[in-house]
Amino acid sequence: MPRLSAASPHRVRFTLNGRTVSGQAEPRMLLSDFIRHVVGATGTHVGCEHGVCGACTVQIGGVPARSCLTFAVQVEGAEIRTVEGLAPAADRLSPLQNAFRENYGLQCGFCTPGILMSLDALLRDRPDAAEPEIREFLSGHLCRCTGYTSIVKAALQAVRQRREEAGHA
Amino acid sequence: MKPAPFDYVRAESVTEALDVLSQEGADARVLAGGQTLVPMLSMRLARPRVVIDIMQLPELNRIERTGGTIRVGAAVRQRELERQSDLAAKQPLLAAALPWVGHAQTRSRGTVCGSVAHADPSAELPLVLIALGGEIELRSRRRSRRVQAAAFFTGMMSTDRKDNELIEAVSFPAARPGTGYAFREIGRRHGDFAIVACAAMVDARTARLAIGGVADRPTARELPLPGDPALGDALDALAWELDARDDLHATATYRREMVRRLGRQTLEEAARCRA
Repeated sequence: MPRLSAASPHRVRFTLNGRTVSGQAEPRMLLSDFIRHVVGATGTHVGCEHGVCGACTVQIGGVPARSCLTFAVQVEGAEIRTVEGLAPAADRLSPLQNAFRENYGLQCGFCTPGILMSLDALLRDRPDAAEPEIREFLSGHLCRCTGYTSIVKAALQAVRQRREEAGHA
Repeated sequence: MKPAPFDYVRAESVTEALDVLSQEGADARVLAGGQTLVPMLSMRLARPRVVIDIMQLPELNRIERTGGTIRVGAAVRQRELERQSDLAAKQPLLAAALPWVGHAQTRSRGTVCGSVAHADPSAELPLVLIALGGEIELRSRRRSRRVQAAAFFTGMMSTDRKDNELIEAVSFPAARPGTGYAFREIGRRHGDFAIVACAAMVDARTARLAIGGVADRPTARELPLPGDPALGDALDALAWELDARDDLHATATYRREMVRRLGRQTLEEAARCRA
């Protein structure tokens, strides 16, 4: 392929929460910056910007990943999901989001979008996830408010709720 | 915390990637999963003129179980290898070590070969490769060559790879019958860099222990079998030989003690797994 030059912006196109988005990005533009500044979806937060804190976690092809450790040009044609894609409607939370609300799973809320995207993927992949597995998954995120206990409680409630709903179906 | 400008090439063939590597030499960096390279670029610890993305090359995205080895191509993500259902049977050491590599949220993108290329002294995959006596396949425009893991890692974050070479694949020897394998690690939190990591393999006659996080590169030694009274002195000699240093995370004294204790525990676990 032709070399994308450092100096000029290039068109990047991918699917964000089911909708095709496109914009201009220099090769060095991080996916986190593209999502926030070019697309304008500011639900994804940027913390440490070197892959440690987990605040910028999104799903790339259904799998949680750091958007600060990926360049926008790398996800050309990919399917990206961010926290804006979780709620089924503007006035309704997803069961996981609701569990966070009911269990005080957030305080300042800065780390929350990343944690939600990780847990959403985990619970889809492992619907019966138990506490150790949830805690291990959360080790990829830093939260300085909650001490994690309420986040674990929220995740376990979401697991339970999903199991009960499956039982009634 | 933003990378300096670079050109981006999404290679459409291995040949194209090798051509750019041969033209640009040290000014080019290969981008695979990017879980180490991107932060290095963001912190401007690396400022390449061109970045070559190899993730679209299907010939590099293969896990092959041929003969006695598991060959992992340069575009295979850690998560893909971790999710091979027969991995624990094929090579239990690799299966035990993979969950310790970074976090689930970085294994989803990071590649096996990328971790080997970066050669962090505390990284798990180079340690496993050293413990098992694996091989690295390097290719430049002119030639291909295979390097034993013990000769590949030459120091802290430095390897035998030349600037014009691409790591095409790494090969892990498969489990041998009658051999037990074990992996243990101590860090401040799960997913943090290892303060000390141990990989052991034990059969009826020999015991081998590899240590990461202490010396400037992962190091393996043949040791007396667990139960042999000579093991204690041999572990102590190994602990001193690795030239542990103090850093933010642990003192040299602590690291030496962990080599003795965690090393013994890992060897004993490997011996139990043999049964």
